[in-house]
Amino acid sequence: MTAATGSIGGRNWLRLATLRNMLRDYPLVPLTVLLILLVVVVQLVQPGTVNANWAANNLRQAAVLAIIAGCQALTMLTGGIDLSVAYVASMSGFVTATFVHQPGGWVLGIVVALTAAALAGLVSGIGVGVFRVHPLIMTLGMGLIVYGFSNVWQLRSLQTGAGVPAELHTLGAGLTFGVIPNDLLVFVPVAVVLILLLRRTGYGRMLYAIGDNPTAARLSGVRAWQVLVVLYAISAVLAAIAGLIQSGLSNTASVTLATPYLLPSIAAAVIGGVSIFGGRGGYSGTIVGALILTVLTGFLSIILPEPWRQIVFGSIVVLVAAAYTRVTGES
Amino acid sequence: MSADATTLGGPRSGAADVLVRFARNHAWTLGLFAFLAVLLLFTKYVNSYYNLVSLANTATSVLPLALAAVAQAIIVMAGGIDLSISSQMALVSCFAAILMQAYPGDLTAVGIVILALALGVLLGAINGGLIVLTKVPDIVVTLATFFVWAGFALLVTPKPGGAAADWLKGLVVGSVGTDLLPKALIMLIIVVAAIWIPLSRSRLGLSIYAVGSNRLAAFRSGVAVNRTKFLSYVIGGLVAAFAGLSLTASTGIGTPVPEPTYVLISIAAVVLGGVSLAGGVGGVFGPIVAVVVLQLIRDDMTFMHVDPNLGLVAQGFILIGVLVVGSLVQMRRSRA
Repeated sequence: MTAATGSIGGRNWLRLATLRNMLRDYPLVPLTVLLILLVVVVQLVQPGTVNANWAANNLRQAAVLAIIAGCQALTMLTGGIDLSVAYVASMSGFVTATFVHQPGGWVLGIVVALTAAALAGLVSGIGVGVFRVHPLIMTLGMGLIVYGFSNVWQLRSLQTGAGVPAELHTLGAGLTFGVIPNDLLVFVPVAVVLILLLRRTGYGRMLYAIGDNPTAARLSGVRAWQVLVVLYAISAVLAAIAGLIQSGLSNTASVTLATPYLLPSIAAAVIGGVSIFGGRGGYSGTIVGALILTVLTGFLSIILPEPWRQIVFGSIVVLVAAAYTRVTGES
Repeated sequence: MSADATTLGGPRSGAADVLVRFARNHAWTLGLFAFLAVLLLFTKYVNSYYNLVSLANTATSVLPLALAAVAQAIIVMAGGIDLSISSQMALVSCFAAILMQAYPGDLTAVGIVILALALGVLLGAINGGLIVLTKVPDIVVTLATFFVWAGFALLVTPKPGGAAADWLKGLVVGSVGTDLLPKALIMLIIVVAAIWIPLSRSRLGLSIYAVGSNRLAAFRSGVAVNRTKFLSYVIGGLVAAFAGLSLTASTGIGTPVPEPTYVLISIAAVVLGGVSLAGGVGGVFGPIVAVVVLQLIRDDMTFMHVDPNLGLVAQGFILIGVLVVGSLVQMRRSRA
């Protein structure tokens, strides 16, 4: 690639237009640079912070955020959004935990949790795809419903008690060979599948088509409603998987466990180069976006008190998004 | 339906014509009122002690949420959305409560209220300014400023505290004359009348609808698109400041942690109230009624001794159900 760009014409590759195209088509490059800069800053401000343990911790946290951000990335590609992810994720971790002392155990719990999530996603998808309800509102309503049912379930399962299964805890918080976080065992396959789905399959291309120009997609024979129904079901199942990991990671099960991830998940997808209007972006950028946000949050929590952390976090999200819009020239 | 309209709309039945046109233009709001009426009957059925005084009390308890819905409605009509509204309310509320504790006195409190409203205008201006200048989508900007305002609220007071002047509390607590006329309701009417009625009749109000329904068409007809959008956030910020002040007035303190459900419920109320999320359609009365409807649903659950959490489920289902019906009606209309 370097040879090709070099042959195009001397220093021309430094032109702003080229930079613009690169940012739009390969957001991974500037994002990775940003991530490396951030790690360097962390190391400079707090010498000795950056080590294998620190990296493992950040990877663990980022994996959960990246999966939830994947829900946003996929739905945002079609011009939608999924606001139910946080409640679906919390529900899945919690439901699994309530099955620990039951016949069937945590395995049955996971099956029930994933089924419930898929069902919720299916309903959201039908609302968005068939009845054309605005995705923001549809998933918002679905989030309320899932949260309400989780609370009801919580009251029902008071007598039986709940506990995070040891297996999930090992998966979420354990290390292989002392450095590799176990949850990567789940995250890496998920990431590979999502990236291949978007880049190599017809389904992935339909997501871009619907987001880019719904009318053109319809006229070319895409049945948008089918695509959307499947999409929101996938999104909910992804969220449920993230919830399982998070409950293992924190060794807690609560119906609000994953709610703090909702807003960062949207921010991660946006920073990762996914356009909220649909049609542009990818999952690899979103993963780096999730890594950046995780490292940033961890770093800010060391050097700043809580109020300033939130202020700086919000300002940085606006700054990065604004820089993005300015350079790629999209509104 | 069109046949009805033509027979009624003959030259001699002018009044009926006006009525039909009114009904058609406000179909959604009328439907919402019908829904509210059914809901009230149901409430009376499950709780025979429910009467007009209880309804007045319900109206009192939803004042902050109703104002938040009005603020959200104005912004959504211009084609935007404000996810930071609950932390704006928290920041204004803490700001006012802490200042009133530090500088007690009825007269200084008046100054503090004016300052708090100015703060709301400033926050709205920052939101709107960032959106217009950076061209970053509204949802991303206000998502980020949600964190910023919440951070500042924690800087103002790390834990719930402060105080409210007695006259401020007196404005929203209790009622005037009979129990049927809670002061909160009067405050709501005054604020909405003072802001929305002049706005909806002004050039700016028309521009808001124009920008919300078709940005490009508005631009080409000479509407200052960016200025309109900016001003919709400024006015939204002002109303959100009233909502924050009503929180301080009704609780007597300022709480720095934004109420997590306010943003979601304000958006839900706006949509239930007939404001299109795409912008350009609706008013502020629908959203206010929708807030009461959403609150009544939860109250009914309590009366029926149902797990109140099922209230959330019911709210979600009603939100979705109403929208599905609305979109079906629209699909049939566009096909016809």
